[in-house]
Amino acid sequence: MRIRVKFTKTGCLKYIGHLDVMRYFQKAFRRAEIPVSLSEGFSPHMLMSFAAPLGVGKTSSGEYFDVDLKQDMDTEEVRERLQAQMAEGISVVGVIVIPEDKANKCMTLVAAADYTVALRKGKVQLPENWKEKLQAFLDQPSVVVMRKTKKSEQETDILPWIYKMRPVMLDEKAMSEHPSGAEADPVAFRMVLSSGSVSNLKPDLVLETFAAYAGFELPEFSLLIHRNDIMADIGKNGKRKLVPLGELRKQS
Amino acid sequence: MRKLALDDEILMKAEKPERYIGCEVNSVMKNKEDVAIRFAMCFPDVYEIGMSHLGIQILYDMFNKQEDIWCERVYSPWVDMDRVMREKKIPLFALESQDPIKEFDFLGITIQYEMCYTNILQILDLSGIPMHAVDRTEEDPIVIGGGPCTYNPEPIAEFFDMFYIGEGEIAYGALMDLYREKKASGMSRHDFLKMAALIPGIYVPQFYEASYKEDGTMEAFRVIEEGVPEKVEKQIVMDFNNVTYPDAPVVPYVQATQDRVVLEIQRGCIRGCRFCQAGMVYRPLREKNIDRLKKQAEIMLKNTGYDEISLSSLSSSDYSQLNELLTFLIGICKERGINISLPSLRIDAFSLDVMSKVQDIKKSSLTFAAEAGTQRMRNVINKGLTDEDILNGALEAFKGGWNKVKFYFMLGLPGETEEDIKGIAHLCQKVAECFFDNIPKEKRTGKVAITASSSFFVPKPFTPFQWASQNKPEEFLQKAHTVKDEVRLQTNQKCIRYTYHDAYIAVLEGVFARGDRRVGKVIEEAYKSGAFFDAWGEHYDENKWTAAFENCGIDPYFYTARERETTELLPWDFLDCGVNRSFLEREWETAKKAAVTPNCRMRCSGCGARSFGGGVCYEN
Repeated sequence: MRIRVKFTKTGCLKYIGHLDVMRYFQKAFRRAEIPVSLSEGFSPHMLMSFAAPLGVGKTSSGEYFDVDLKQDMDTEEVRERLQAQMAEGISVVGVIVIPEDKANKCMTLVAAADYTVALRKGKVQLPENWKEKLQAFLDQPSVVVMRKTKKSEQETDILPWIYKMRPVMLDEKAMSEHPSGAEADPVAFRMVLSSGSVSNLKPDLVLETFAAYAGFELPEFSLLIHRNDIMADIGKNGKRKLVPLGELRKQS
Repeated sequence: MRKLALDDEILMKAEKPERYIGCEVNSVMKNKEDVAIRFAMCFPDVYEIGMSHLGIQILYDMFNKQEDIWCERVYSPWVDMDRVMREKKIPLFALESQDPIKEFDFLGITIQYEMCYTNILQILDLSGIPMHAVDRTEEDPIVIGGGPCTYNPEPIAEFFDMFYIGEGEIAYGALMDLYREKKASGMSRHDFLKMAALIPGIYVPQFYEASYKEDGTMEAFRVIEEGVPEKVEKQIVMDFNNVTYPDAPVVPYVQATQDRVVLEIQRGCIRGCRFCQAGMVYRPLREKNIDRLKKQAEIMLKNTGYDEISLSSLSSSDYSQLNELLTFLIGICKERGINISLPSLRIDAFSLDVMSKVQDIKKSSLTFAAEAGTQRMRNVINKGLTDEDILNGALEAFKGGWNKVKFYFMLGLPGETEEDIKGIAHLCQKVAECFFDNIPKEKRTGKVAITASSSFFVPKPFTPFQWASQNKPEEFLQKAHTVKDEVRLQTNQKCIRYTYHDAYIAVLEGVFARGDRRVGKVIEEAYKSGAFFDAWGEHYDENKWTAAFENCGIDPYFYTARERETTELLPWDFLDCGVNRSFLEREWETAKKAAVTPNCRMRCSGCGARSFGGGVCYEN
């Protein structure tokens, strides 16, 4: 049985790197005594695949990985047993059964990610007309930036990859109890960006580009990046329809 | 949400922020208002090294089982964080509560190797605790040291309020009771130290004083506080079957050096290698009951989720029920994809069979601790391993499909001759021949690779070699070059790789291992000039140490190169480690004759450990 696990990553555990999170879950499955399928060969390991690595320092309320279980189990029981093994900062919020073909692997499905990017308290001085600037920024015919890839730097128009971008105002609670553990300014940006192996756009780059356009400084460590969810595109005929990975259950 | 001692920006800039946040699975959180004693347990090296240490896991669990004690952990902040903490004046904190160490009742430091001495000063410095015990006030934590290096605590004596000599599971109960009494009665620090000095195993350096002769050797070592005992007796666990052991060790997020369940199967060793301090001071050998081990293995795997379990002991092959234990472990591990790692196992047909069942063959190379190149030299050091054992082991390994073998040697052993030095190359050649003579061409999988590496011998206290002369770096290096040249002359030199350790670090280790109290100021001087993390090649700065010795007017070779008379008063003579002086002297003489002393199971050699009333001494 192949399952997809949805988890959150906040607080102190935002400092844990991707590989360490992977090892953490492998141990958690063993502690929870949930039998996970192992690979063949000399050094058998758990067959786990993560949707999209989250950078150190970023928080999330919607991370995913897929894993094969040796036997069928009730998904709520899996969730509860796994959750009982979690350290403060990582919560298992959902477990679903998914189809076992390659096309439905979470890594393959990733098409977009939804972020809320807050500003660390007192770090950034937004210009007074920042709202108009944001509109104008998005209304441009193209937004060409130098994008670093593994091999080289190349010019890319990132505008088509910004599916949505709008300001949000955080309330007192959201500012003082930001999932990162740091304090935030009231203005934040909600954005849905193209994600995945083909056209991966990071929220940091979008904000940096906007700051350069609107003429304000973005000092180091001024962004508090929180991923709300990761989505697949199930639209047909070139029409985009984004659905959270946690909703793509196997149809029985 | 937990409040961290370091703010977000500092952590984001850190090389590995995971080192400083605590919050690991199985770490223990308590409410500080609800506990009477706060104990900060420190391993003075970087987190990944410290987290791999079994002793701290044992003591952490032992203390936290007591409701009114909260034991937390602290490690050396790495170089990057050390800089930031000094710059921003952030006091060193414990991982669990993130509270400053200075607020604790105890700072316990485990001292596992000499090269961490400067890091002990780093810990005190960053905590804001005066470096010298005599400068501390009622507000400062009691700084207590333990671990192997405390078998000669003198070079670092002035930095500690007390040392605990022996195995941690025994005397802490009495010390904690005394501390509870101190808190209840408002006893002064001085009175507490004095009362503590009466607890067997506790050594309070400030109550003792050394004097020296004109030639620099020790004249006397005397008690200067009334009522304090002249001898400090090592404490060891005799009820080893029921000794406390953690069911749920702390599991780090970042991959530690020892990232696995560690099952301690026995303590002590029957072998009596003459260079080995652990083999002497942990006598007698005490095995743990196999049923308890089986239960512990199961429960620790369950509580940690590790995918590997390792047996821990000085010589696992000597565990009398090894076969049954391994059969059991294979049974519970194989299907679950859990590896079993078997360090310190004699390489023979049995162990190879086990390894092929439980380990990833591709990644493992086999290691032989040959220690010396000739049989004569191995007799001198009483290493009960013959040329035949080595060649048979290698042959079995080659037949089993391994083609990488590693050999550990020591150079600079007492009485070493040119022949012994070149013997390292000759032994490697014999092993290569063993491969080419016995493994037919069609069965060879890849090239045979023999790696030999030498460390330089450092004589340790409470071993038969405690009187021996240690080579100077030039001599060490010359010997290493002799080996290297000899390797090149061998027929199969192409499959032999030879490497050797740093010769200068060995001298420093030697000074600390057998130094007296006067060495303390060299350590302080070097630390103040910026030396720390000396155990890390990239941070060890020889110039700083040379300058420190010069500035303090201390000649390192006085402590290392000189062969001592057995009549000389040694800095550690006030400790009673359970092994008699007469036994050590006898062994020193036997070594000079290149004669072997049988192991404890073959015949008792009257070392004195029998007086502990248990273990291997009473097996039959």
